[in-house]
Amino acid sequence: MSSIAVIDYGMGNLHSVAKALEHVQPGVDVWVTADPQRVRDADRVLLPGVGAIRDCMAEIRRLGVDAEVAEAIASGKPFLGICVGFQALMDFSEENNGVDCLGHFPGKVKFFGHQLNDEAGNQLKVPHMGWNQVNQSLEHPLWHGIENKSRFYFVHSYYVKLAQQALVAGTCEYGLPFDVAMAHKNLFAVQFHPEKSQQAGLKLLQNFLNWDGSF
Amino acid sequence: MGLAKRIIPCLDVENGRVVKGVKFLDIRDAGDPVEIARRYEQQGADEITFLDITASHEGRETTVHTVERMAAEVFIPLTVGGGIRECDDIRRMLNAGADKVSINTAAVFTPEFVQKAADRFGSQCIVVAIDAKKVSLPGEADRWEIFTHGGRKPTGLDAVEWAEKMVSLGAGEILLTSMDQDGMKSGFDLGVTRAISEAVNVPVIASGGVGNLDHLVDGIIEGKADAVLAASIFHFNEYTIPEAKRYMQSRGIEVRL
Repeated sequence: MSSIAVIDYGMGNLHSVAKALEHVQPGVDVWVTADPQRVRDADRVLLPGVGAIRDCMAEIRRLGVDAEVAEAIASGKPFLGICVGFQALMDFSEENNGVDCLGHFPGKVKFFGHQLNDEAGNQLKVPHMGWNQVNQSLEHPLWHGIENKSRFYFVHSYYVKLAQQALVAGTCEYGLPFDVAMAHKNLFAVQFHPEKSQQAGLKLLQNFLNWDGSF
Repeated sequence: MGLAKRIIPCLDVENGRVVKGVKFLDIRDAGDPVEIARRYEQQGADEITFLDITASHEGRETTVHTVERMAAEVFIPLTVGGGIRECDDIRRMLNAGADKVSINTAAVFTPEFVQKAADRFGSQCIVVAIDAKKVSLPGEADRWEIFTHGGRKPTGLDAVEWAEKMVSLGAGEILLTSMDQDGMKSGFDLGVTRAISEAVNVPVIASGGVGNLDHLVDGIIEGKADAVLAASIFHFNEYTIPEAKRYMQSRGIEVRL
Protein backbone atom coordinates (compact mmCIF):
# COMPACT_ATOMS: atom_id res chain seq x y z
CA MET A 1 0.00 0.00 0.00
CA SER A 2 1.29 3.40 -0.90
CA SER A 3 2.09 6.15 1.56
CA ILE A 4 1.89 9.91 1.35
CA ALA A 5 3.50 12.45 3.61
CA VAL A 6 1.46 15.61 4.14
CA ILE A 7 4.05 18.07 5.41
CA ASP A 8 2.86 19.68 8.62
CA TYR A 9 4.55 22.96 9.47
CA GLY A 10 1.79 24.13 11.76
CA MET A 11 -0.02 26.35 9.31
CA GLY A 12 -3.67 25.57 8.90
CA ASN A 13 -5.85 22.60 9.05
CA LEU A 14 -4.56 19.45 7.39
CA HIS A 15 -7.50 17.35 8.42
CA SER A 16 -9.44 18.08 5.21
CA VAL A 17 -6.67 17.14 2.84
CA ALA A 18 -5.86 13.99 4.80
CA LYS A 19 -9.52 12.95 4.81
CA ALA A 20 -9.90 13.64 1.12
CA LEU A 21 -6.87 11.44 0.32
CA GLU A 22 -8.27 8.64 2.48
CA HIS A 23 -11.62 9.06 0.78
CA VAL A 24 -10.29 8.69 -2.77
CA GLN A 25 -7.99 5.81 -1.91
CA PRO A 26 -9.22 3.90 1.13
CA GLY A 27 -6.31 2.26 2.93
CA VAL A 28 -3.69 4.75 1.76
CA ASP A 29 -1.23 5.63 4.51
CA VAL A 30 -1.48 9.37 5.10
CA TRP A 31 1.29 10.69 7.35
CA VAL A 32 0.75 14.22 8.56
CA THR A 33 4.31 14.98 9.61
CA ALA A 34 7.31 17.28 9.59
CA ASP A 35 9.76 14.48 10.39
CA PRO A 36 12.37 14.42 7.58
CA GLN A 37 12.73 10.65 7.80
CA ARG A 38 8.99 10.12 7.37
CA VAL A 39 8.95 12.49 4.40
CA ARG A 40 11.91 10.57 2.93
CA ASP A 41 10.17 7.23 3.47
CA ALA A 42 6.87 8.26 1.89
CA ASP A 43 6.08 7.33 -1.70
CA ARG A 44 4.54 10.73 -2.33
CA VAL A 45 4.79 14.17 -0.78
CA LEU A 46 2.17 16.88 -0.42
CA LEU A 47 3.01 20.43 0.63
CA PRO A 48 -0.12 22.26 1.80
CA GLY A 49 -0.39 25.72 3.33
CA VAL A 50 -2.84 28.39 4.31
CA GLY A 51 -2.39 31.77 5.88
CA ALA A 52 0.12 34.53 5.46
CA ILE A 53 3.29 33.72 3.50
CA ARG A 54 5.65 35.34 6.01
CA ASP A 55 4.46 33.05 8.80
CA CYS A 56 4.47 30.05 6.47
CA MET A 57 8.02 30.70 5.25
CA ALA A 58 9.23 31.31 8.80
CA GLU A 59 7.90 27.95 9.94
CA ILE A 60 9.12 26.18 6.79
CA ARG A 61 12.66 27.43 7.53
CA ARG A 62 12.51 26.94 11.30
CA LEU A 63 11.41 23.32 10.97
CA GLY A 64 13.79 22.48 8.13
CA VAL A 65 10.88 21.84 5.78
CA ASP A 66 12.81 23.78 3.09
CA ALA A 67 15.42 21.01 2.96
CA GLU A 68 12.75 18.29 3.01
CA VAL A 69 10.96 19.91 0.09
CA ALA A 70 14.17 20.28 -1.92
CA GLU A 71 15.06 16.64 -1.28
CA ALA A 72 11.57 15.40 -2.16
CA ILE A 73 11.49 17.35 -5.42
CA ALA A 74 14.94 16.10 -6.37
CA SER A 75 14.09 12.49 -5.47
CA GLY A 76 11.72 12.16 -8.42
CA LYS A 77 8.77 10.99 -6.37
CA PRO A 78 5.37 12.56 -7.02
CA PHE A 79 5.11 15.94 -5.32
CA LEU A 80 1.99 18.11 -5.01
CA GLY A 81 1.86 21.69 -3.72
CA ILE A 82 -1.45 23.25 -2.72
CA CYS A 83 -2.26 26.97 -2.26
CA VAL A 84 0.56 28.52 -0.20
CA GLY A 85 2.40 25.24 -0.88
CA PHE A 86 2.39 26.34 -4.54
CA GLN A 87 3.29 29.98 -3.84
CA ALA A 88 6.19 28.97 -1.57
CA LEU A 89 7.94 27.32 -4.53
CA MET A 90 8.37 30.68 -6.30
CA ASP A 91 11.19 33.23 -5.89
CA PHE A 92 9.34 35.94 -4.12
CA SER A 93 5.95 37.06 -2.78
CA GLU A 94 4.65 40.61 -2.51
CA GLU A 95 2.66 39.65 0.59
CA ASN A 96 3.70 41.04 4.01
CA ASN A 97 5.81 43.77 2.37
CA GLY A 98 7.80 41.24 0.42
CA VAL A 99 8.97 37.76 1.41
CA ASP A 100 11.62 35.58 -0.17
CA CYS A 101 10.25 32.14 -0.97
CA LEU A 102 11.96 28.83 -1.73
CA GLY A 103 12.96 29.80 -5.26
CA HIS A 104 12.53 26.40 -6.87
CA PHE A 105 10.96 28.05 -9.90
CA PRO A 106 11.28 31.54 -11.34
CA GLY A 107 8.08 33.37 -10.66
CA LYS A 108 6.42 35.90 -8.40
CA VAL A 109 3.43 35.94 -6.11
CA LYS A 110 1.48 39.15 -6.64
CA PHE A 111 -1.44 40.96 -4.99
CA PHE A 112 -4.75 41.13 -6.85
CA GLY A 113 -4.92 44.81 -5.99
CA HIS A 114 -7.57 47.03 -4.51
CA GLN A 115 -8.88 48.15 -7.88
CA LEU A 116 -9.77 44.92 -9.60
CA ASN A 117 -12.61 45.06 -12.13
CA ASP A 118 -14.42 42.59 -14.36
CA GLU A 119 -15.00 43.21 -18.08
CA ALA A 120 -18.18 45.16 -17.33
CA GLY A 121 -16.27 47.45 -14.98
CA ASN A 122 -17.73 46.08 -11.74
CA GLN A 123 -15.34 46.03 -8.84
CA LEU A 124 -14.25 42.53 -7.82
CA LYS A 125 -13.89 41.45 -4.21
CA VAL A 126 -10.56 40.35 -2.79
CA PRO A 127 -9.96 37.61 -1.61
CA HIS A 128 -10.82 35.67 -4.74
CA MET A 129 -13.15 33.32 -2.90
CA GLY A 130 -15.31 30.65 -4.45
CA TRP A 131 -15.56 28.43 -7.51
CA ASN A 132 -13.79 29.51 -10.66
CA GLN A 133 -13.08 27.82 -13.97
CA VAL A 134 -9.64 26.42 -14.59
CA ASN A 135 -8.28 26.36 -18.09
CA GLN A 136 -5.98 23.35 -18.52
CA SER A 137 -3.05 24.66 -20.52
CA LEU A 138 -1.41 21.33 -21.11
CA GLU A 139 -2.18 17.64 -20.98
CA HIS A 140 -1.05 16.11 -17.75
CA PRO A 141 -1.80 12.88 -15.84
CA LEU A 142 -3.24 14.98 -12.99
CA TRP A 143 -5.90 16.46 -15.28
CA HIS A 144 -6.92 12.99 -16.43
CA GLY A 145 -10.72 12.57 -16.43
CA ILE A 146 -11.33 16.20 -15.41
CA GLU A 147 -13.18 18.22 -18.00
CA ASN A 148 -11.38 21.35 -19.16
CA LYS A 149 -12.79 24.50 -17.52
CA SER A 150 -14.10 22.58 -14.53
CA ARG A 151 -14.61 24.75 -11.48
CA PHE A 152 -12.37 24.47 -8.43
CA TYR A 153 -12.61 26.19 -5.06
CA PHE A 154 -10.25 29.10 -4.43
CA VAL A 155 -9.55 31.36 -1.50
CA HIS A 156 -6.57 33.69 -1.88
CA SER A 157 -5.61 37.34 -2.27
CA TYR A 158 -2.24 36.75 -3.95
CA TYR A 159 -1.65 34.91 -7.21
CA VAL A 160 1.28 33.24 -8.94
CA LYS A 161 2.79 34.50 -12.15
CA LEU A 162 5.32 32.00 -13.47
CA ALA A 163 8.27 33.38 -15.41
CA GLN A 164 8.40 30.38 -17.73
CA GLN A 165 5.30 29.79 -19.78
CA ALA A 166 6.35 26.17 -20.35
CA LEU A 167 5.69 25.40 -16.67
CA VAL A 168 2.09 26.62 -16.69
CA ALA A 169 -0.38 23.75 -16.41
CA GLY A 170 -3.52 25.76 -15.71
CA THR A 171 -4.79 29.33 -15.73
CA CYS A 172 -7.76 31.22 -14.40
CA GLU A 173 -9.23 34.71 -14.73
CA TYR A 174 -10.37 37.09 -12.05
CA GLY A 175 -10.05 40.62 -13.30
CA LEU A 176 -6.74 39.49 -14.80
CA PRO A 177 -5.31 36.19 -16.02
CA PHE A 178 -3.09 34.26 -13.62
CA ASP A 179 -1.45 30.87 -13.19
CA VAL A 180 -3.23 28.33 -11.02
CA ALA A 181 -1.35 25.13 -11.82
CA MET A 182 2.21 24.27 -12.75
CA ALA A 183 3.91 21.08 -13.84
CA HIS A 184 7.60 20.21 -13.91
CA LYS A 185 8.80 16.61 -14.02
CA ASN A 186 7.59 14.95 -10.78
CA LEU A 187 6.09 18.14 -9.40
CA PHE A 188 2.59 19.52 -9.77
CA ALA A 189 1.25 22.46 -7.83
CA VAL A 190 -2.11 24.21 -7.68
CA GLN A 191 -3.51 27.42 -6.25
CA PHE A 192 -7.01 26.05 -5.64
CA HIS A 193 -8.05 23.59 -2.94
CA PRO A 194 -8.67 20.16 -4.50
CA GLU A 195 -9.73 18.83 -1.09
CA LYS A 196 -12.63 21.33 -1.13
CA SER A 197 -13.49 21.10 -4.82
CA GLN A 198 -15.82 18.12 -4.74
CA GLN A 199 -15.63 15.73 -7.74
CA ALA A 200 -13.11 17.69 -9.79
CA GLY A 201 -10.82 18.12 -6.79
CA LEU A 202 -11.18 14.55 -5.57
CA LYS A 203 -10.40 13.31 -9.07
CA LEU A 204 -7.20 15.37 -9.11
CA LEU A 205 -6.15 13.91 -5.75
CA GLN A 206 -6.93 10.43 -6.98
CA ASN A 207 -4.86 11.09 -10.10
CA PHE A 208 -2.02 12.24 -7.86
CA LEU A 209 -2.18 9.02 -5.84
CA ASN A 210 -2.05 7.02 -9.07
CA TRP A 211 0.71 9.07 -10.68
CA ASP A 212 4.20 7.63 -11.05
CA GLY A 213 5.73 11.11 -11.24
CA SER A 214 6.68 10.96 -14.87
CA PHE A 215 5.85 13.82 -17.20
CA MET B 1 -16.09 32.96 -17.55
CA GLY B 2 -15.53 34.04 -13.99
CA LEU B 3 -16.21 33.38 -10.38
CA ALA B 4 -19.54 31.68 -9.72
CA LYS B 5 -22.08 33.11 -7.32
CA ARG B 6 -22.49 30.62 -4.50
CA ILE B 7 -25.53 28.87 -3.05
CA ILE B 8 -25.08 27.85 0.57
CA PRO B 9 -27.62 25.68 2.37
CA CYS B 10 -27.68 26.22 6.11
CA LEU B 11 -28.33 23.56 8.74
CA ASP B 12 -29.50 24.47 12.24
CA VAL B 13 -28.06 21.85 14.54
CA GLU B 14 -28.81 21.17 18.19
CA ASN B 15 -27.02 18.41 20.10
CA GLY B 16 -25.87 16.87 16.85
CA ARG B 17 -29.29 16.80 15.18
CA VAL B 18 -30.79 19.05 12.56
CA VAL B 19 -33.67 20.76 14.29
CA LYS B 20 -35.65 22.61 11.70
CA GLY B 21 -36.46 19.42 9.90
CA VAL B 22 -35.30 18.39 6.49
CA LYS B 23 -37.30 16.36 4.06
CA PHE B 24 -35.52 14.22 1.52
CA LEU B 25 -37.37 11.17 0.31
CA ASP B 26 -34.34 8.97 -0.03
CA ILE B 27 -32.19 9.46 3.01
CA ARG B 28 -32.21 7.18 5.98
CA ASP B 29 -32.05 9.72 8.73
CA ALA B 30 -33.37 13.20 8.02
CA GLY B 31 -32.05 14.46 11.35
CA ASP B 32 -28.41 13.57 10.75
CA PRO B 33 -26.51 16.69 9.66
CA VAL B 34 -23.80 14.64 7.98
CA GLU B 35 -26.24 12.78 5.80
CA ILE B 36 -28.03 15.99 4.89
CA ALA B 37 -24.80 17.84 4.14
CA ARG B 38 -23.73 14.98 1.88
CA ARG B 39 -27.00 15.17 0.03
CA TYR B 40 -26.57 18.89 -0.54
CA GLU B 41 -23.01 18.38 -1.67
CA GLN B 42 -24.17 15.81 -4.23
CA GLN B 43 -26.84 18.22 -5.44
CA GLY B 44 -24.16 20.83 -6.12
CA ALA B 45 -24.21 23.08 -3.05
CA ASP B 46 -21.16 25.34 -3.16
CA GLU B 47 -20.57 25.36 0.59
CA ILE B 48 -22.33 24.22 3.75
CA THR B 49 -23.05 26.39 6.77
CA PHE B 50 -23.60 24.61 10.05
CA LEU B 51 -25.28 26.75 12.65
CA ASP B 52 -24.91 25.27 16.12
CA ILE B 53 -27.73 26.30 18.42
CA THR B 54 -26.74 23.92 21.22
CA ALA B 55 -26.84 25.61 24.59
CA SER B 56 -25.14 23.12 26.90
CA HIS B 57 -21.44 22.52 27.27
CA GLU B 58 -21.79 18.75 26.78
CA GLY B 59 -23.76 19.42 23.64
CA ARG B 60 -20.86 21.42 22.27
CA GLU B 61 -18.69 18.32 22.40
CA THR B 62 -21.26 16.57 20.24
CA THR B 63 -20.98 19.44 17.79
CA VAL B 64 -17.23 18.92 17.47
CA HIS B 65 -17.78 15.25 16.64
CA THR B 66 -20.47 16.13 14.12
CA VAL B 67 -18.14 18.59 12.39
CA GLU B 68 -15.43 15.92 12.35
CA ARG B 69 -17.74 13.40 10.72
CA MET B 70 -18.96 15.96 8.22
CA ALA B 71 -15.46 17.03 7.24
CA ALA B 72 -14.51 13.42 6.59
CA GLU B 73 -17.33 12.96 4.10
CA VAL B 74 -18.15 16.32 2.58
CA PHE B 75 -15.56 17.86 0.30
CA ILE B 76 -16.80 21.41 -0.10
CA PRO B 77 -16.09 24.30 2.28
CA LEU B 78 -17.75 24.08 5.66
CA THR B 79 -18.54 27.06 7.90
CA VAL B 80 -19.48 26.57 11.53
CA GLY B 81 -21.32 29.27 13.43
CA GLY B 82 -22.98 29.58 16.80
CA GLY B 83 -21.23 29.78 20.15
CA ILE B 84 -17.88 30.99 18.77
CA ARG B 85 -16.70 33.27 21.59
CA GLU B 86 -12.97 32.77 21.96
CA CYS B 87 -9.94 31.63 20.03
CA ASP B 88 -10.15 28.18 21.60
CA ASP B 89 -13.62 27.71 20.08
CA ILE B 90 -12.20 28.57 16.68
CA ARG B 91 -9.22 26.29 17.05
CA ARG B 92 -11.47 23.41 18.09
CA MET B 93 -13.75 23.84 15.07
CA LEU B 94 -10.89 24.25 12.58
CA ASN B 95 -9.14 21.22 14.00
CA ALA B 96 -12.36 19.26 13.65
CA GLY B 97 -12.33 20.12 9.95
CA ALA B 98 -14.29 23.36 9.56
CA ASP B 99 -12.86 25.73 6.94
CA LYS B 100 -14.36 28.89 8.37
CA VAL B 101 -16.10 29.98 11.54
CA SER B 102 -18.81 32.54 11.82
CA ILE B 103 -18.64 34.98 14.70
CA ASN B 104 -21.83 36.75 15.70
CA THR B 105 -22.74 38.24 19.04
CA ALA B 106 -19.21 37.92 20.39
CA ALA B 107 -18.14 40.49 17.80
CA VAL B 108 -20.71 42.96 19.02
CA PHE B 109 -19.54 42.76 22.60
CA THR B 110 -15.81 42.44 21.93
CA PRO B 111 -14.91 43.58 18.42
CA GLU B 112 -11.19 43.07 19.20
CA PHE B 113 -11.95 39.35 19.17
CA VAL B 114 -12.39 39.55 15.39
CA GLN B 115 -8.95 41.11 15.06
CA LYS B 116 -7.35 38.56 17.35
CA ALA B 117 -9.02 35.70 15.47
CA ALA B 118 -8.00 37.04 12.05
CA ASP B 119 -4.40 37.55 13.19
CA ARG B 120 -4.20 34.08 14.64
CA PHE B 121 -6.08 32.04 12.02
CA GLY B 122 -6.13 34.27 8.92
CA SER B 123 -8.94 36.38 7.52
CA GLN B 124 -9.88 33.65 5.06
CA CYS B 125 -11.51 31.64 7.83
CA ILE B 126 -13.20 34.44 9.76
CA VAL B 127 -16.78 35.18 8.79
CA VAL B 128 -18.62 37.86 10.74
CA ALA B 129 -22.37 37.37 10.95
CA ILE B 130 -24.49 40.50 11.09
CA ASP B 131 -28.21 40.60 11.84
CA ALA B 132 -29.57 43.86 10.46
CA LYS B 133 -33.00 45.44 10.51
CA LYS B 134 -34.27 48.67 9.09
CA VAL B 135 -34.85 51.27 11.80
CA SER B 136 -35.53 54.37 9.70
CA LEU B 137 -39.13 55.46 9.40
CA PRO B 138 -40.90 55.86 6.08
CA GLY B 139 -39.77 59.11 4.50
CA GLU B 140 -36.44 59.14 6.37
CA ALA B 141 -33.12 58.22 4.80
CA ASP B 142 -32.59 54.44 4.99
CA ARG B 143 -30.83 53.29 8.11
CA TRP B 144 -30.24 49.78 9.39
CA GLU B 145 -29.13 48.70 12.83
CA ILE B 146 -27.40 45.63 14.22
CA PHE B 147 -29.61 43.40 16.34
CA THR B 148 -28.63 40.60 18.70
CA HIS B 149 -30.48 37.76 20.42
CA GLY B 150 -32.12 36.43 17.31
CA GLY B 151 -33.10 39.87 16.09
CA ARG B 152 -34.81 40.97 19.30
CA LYS B 153 -32.30 43.39 20.81
CA PRO B 154 -31.24 46.54 19.01
CA THR B 155 -27.68 47.73 19.64
CA GLY B 156 -27.73 51.25 18.25
CA LEU B 157 -24.92 50.28 15.87
CA ASP B 158 -25.27 51.29 12.24
CA ALA B 159 -25.14 48.13 10.12
CA VAL B 160 -23.10 49.50 7.23
CA GLU B 161 -20.53 51.18 9.49
CA TRP B 162 -20.35 48.01 11.53
CA ALA B 163 -19.66 45.87 8.47
CA GLU B 164 -16.85 48.24 7.44
CA LYS B 165 -15.40 48.09 10.92
CA MET B 166 -15.49 44.28 10.96
CA VAL B 167 -13.66 44.12 7.63
CA SER B 168 -11.06 46.61 8.83
CA LEU B 169 -10.47 44.33 11.84
CA GLY B 170 -9.90 41.35 9.57
CA ALA B 171 -13.23 39.72 8.70
CA GLY B 172 -12.76 37.82 5.43
CA GLU B 173 -16.45 37.54 4.65
CA ILE B 174 -19.74 39.01 5.90
CA LEU B 175 -22.79 36.85 6.50
CA LEU B 176 -25.62 39.36 6.42
CA THR B 177 -29.01 38.30 7.74
CA SER B 178 -31.74 40.73 6.89
CA MET B 179 -35.42 40.49 6.27
CA ASP B 180 -37.89 42.65 4.47
CA GLN B 181 -40.48 41.71 7.02
CA ASP B 182 -39.93 39.73 10.17
CA GLY B 183 -40.11 36.00 9.72
CA MET B 184 -41.96 36.33 6.46
CA LYS B 185 -40.56 34.55 3.47
CA SER B 186 -40.49 37.80 1.59
CA GLY B 187 -36.85 37.95 0.61
CA PHE B 188 -33.74 39.79 1.74
CA ASP B 189 -33.76 43.47 2.58
CA LEU B 190 -32.10 44.43 -0.69
CA GLY B 191 -31.28 47.95 0.47
CA VAL B 192 -28.99 46.89 3.28
CA THR B 193 -27.60 44.00 1.27
CA ARG B 194 -26.55 46.35 -1.49
CA ALA B 195 -25.31 49.06 0.87
CA ILE B 196 -23.00 46.60 2.66
CA SER B 197 -21.92 44.77 -0.51
CA GLU B 198 -20.85 48.07 -2.00
CA ALA B 199 -19.23 49.33 1.18
CA VAL B 200 -16.87 46.41 1.80
CA ASN B 201 -14.31 44.72 -0.42
CA VAL B 202 -14.82 41.19 0.93
CA PRO B 203 -17.54 38.76 -0.17
CA VAL B 204 -21.03 39.22 1.29
CA ILE B 205 -23.41 36.31 1.83
CA ALA B 206 -27.07 37.33 1.83
CA SER B 207 -29.31 35.44 4.23
CA GLY B 208 -32.81 35.58 5.68
CA GLY B 209 -36.34 35.36 4.45
CA VAL B 210 -35.81 33.40 1.24
CA GLY B 211 -39.18 32.11 0.04
CA ASN B 212 -38.65 31.59 -3.68
CA LEU B 213 -36.00 31.54 -6.37
CA ASP B 214 -36.55 35.15 -7.36
CA HIS B 215 -35.40 36.15 -3.89
CA LEU B 216 -32.07 34.45 -4.57
CA VAL B 217 -31.76 36.22 -7.92
CA ASP B 218 -32.66 39.59 -6.39
CA GLY B 219 -30.06 39.14 -3.65
CA ILE B 220 -27.35 38.71 -6.28
CA ILE B 221 -28.48 41.18 -8.91
CA GLU B 222 -30.03 43.97 -6.86
CA GLY B 223 -28.36 43.24 -3.53
CA LYS B 224 -24.97 42.65 -5.23
CA ALA B 225 -24.28 39.74 -2.88
CA ASP B 226 -21.58 37.23 -3.73
CA ALA B 227 -23.44 34.27 -2.26
CA VAL B 228 -26.91 33.43 -1.00
CA LEU B 229 -27.71 31.32 2.02
CA ALA B 230 -31.02 29.57 2.51
CA ALA B 231 -32.49 26.88 4.70
CA SER B 232 -36.14 26.02 4.49
CA ILE B 233 -36.70 26.29 0.75
CA PHE B 234 -34.15 23.53 0.28
CA HIS B 235 -34.93 21.51 3.38
CA PHE B 236 -38.49 20.84 2.37
CA ASN B 237 -37.72 20.13 -1.24
CA GLU B 238 -39.67 23.19 -2.31
CA TYR B 239 -36.75 23.71 -4.65
CA THR B 240 -33.65 21.68 -5.23
CA ILE B 241 -30.23 23.25 -5.53
CA PRO B 242 -29.93 22.37 -9.25
CA GLU B 243 -33.31 24.03 -9.85
CA ALA B 244 -32.16 27.14 -8.05
CA LYS B 245 -28.90 27.24 -9.99
CA ARG B 246 -30.55 26.73 -13.36
CA TYR B 247 -33.01 29.49 -12.57
CA MET B 248 -30.23 31.86 -11.54
CA GLN B 249 -28.34 30.98 -14.70
CA SER B 250 -31.41 31.74 -16.81
CA ARG B 251 -31.38 35.19 -15.24
CA GLY B 252 -27.81 35.77 -16.32
CA ILE B 253 -26.03 34.81 -13.09
CA GLU B 254 -22.87 32.74 -13.31
CA VAL B 255 -23.22 29.54 -11.25
CA ARG B 256 -21.39 26.24 -10.88
CA LEU B 257 -23.51 23.55 -12.55
